[in-house]
Amino acid sequence: MTEKQTEAFIAARKSRNRALGLVLGALAVLFFAITVVKFVT
Amino acid sequence: MNTTDLPATNVAGLADWRDYFALLKPRVMTLVVFSAACAMAVAPGHIHPVIGFVAMLCVAVGAGAAGALNQWYEADIDALMKRTANRPLPAGRIERSDALGFGVLFAAGSVAIMGIAVNWLAAAILAVSILFYVLVYTVGLKRRTPQNIVIGGAAGAFPPLIGWAAVTGDISALPVLLFALIFLWTPPHFWALALFMEADYSKAGVPMLPVTDGPVVTRRQILLYTLVLVPVSLLPWALGLTGWIYGGTAAVFGLGFIACAVAVWRNTATLAADMAPEKRMFRFSLLYLFMLFAALVVDHWVLPWNA
Repeated sequence: MTEKQTEAFIAARKSRNRALGLVLGALAVLFFAITVVKFVT
Repeated sequence: MNTTDLPATNVAGLADWRDYFALLKPRVMTLVVFSAACAMAVAPGHIHPVIGFVAMLCVAVGAGAAGALNQWYEADIDALMKRTANRPLPAGRIERSDALGFGVLFAAGSVAIMGIAVNWLAAAILAVSILFYVLVYTVGLKRRTPQNIVIGGAAGAFPPLIGWAAVTGDISALPVLLFALIFLWTPPHFWALALFMEADYSKAGVPMLPVTDGPVVTRRQILLYTLVLVPVSLLPWALGLTGWIYGGTAAVFGLGFIACAVAVWRNTATLAADMAPEKRMFRFSLLYLFMLFAALVVDHWVLPWNA
């Protein structure tokens, strides 16, 4: 890979990791909300 | 750096989150979620807003997963069609195995969460709709028969059943009629598109009706399906399951749909550039479905009816 391609590869990986982090965080919040609703009702 | 600037052989591993999002076919997902949400809004009973949100999220993710698995299987023909050649898989930005894993994970996750958080009937229908789209339509029918989108249309018709089942835990006449509405709407909608995209489908070897039987037969079939669709769209009102707002909207937009179908039937063009009636019908078909489902919700809110 050229230097330019390596930079692009790292940037794309960072973008994917950030999205994955957000999805996992959202899932944690979602499961918490579901648990609260199920527990209360 | 724009990864699409790189040649396909050098871009594997350069997919960013937008490529994975594109795998979910977000535009298709919009109509799926909308029809499920409308059915959920008019279903009798109550659902906690958080659980309702989870149900819609599962429908969206399940539909997206089916779209991802569809693209995984069809990467070879997507590469041949202008409309789909720049999708992440044919463009080489995502590996096929990654798309398969992504689709299976999202499909299984959406069904499991729907079952645990909402109810298992809604989860079962969601699972059937994903499997139907991937196995029956994508793998079984699409490359084999011009009836592909007729039978495969059932996959896109499941969301109202899921939305309804999420609230009530069962299925009754109205969601079945909404299923029939989308099922009968699908052939004229897709065949209108297939007429002006015939060259693409032909190049990819997909046996859409305009490719196998030509434009005359396709236009006649569009008209026939439309003539069946419109009376069926009026059944919820005729059977007393909805009020006049839905009935009036279905009648007015049904007449518009028939007018579009007649214009398509009368058209003799063979070049896509001369297919204005087909393009108009395709656009109107989207508006038609949106308006009928929106009218269903407005009808339910404004008029006192218990479906």
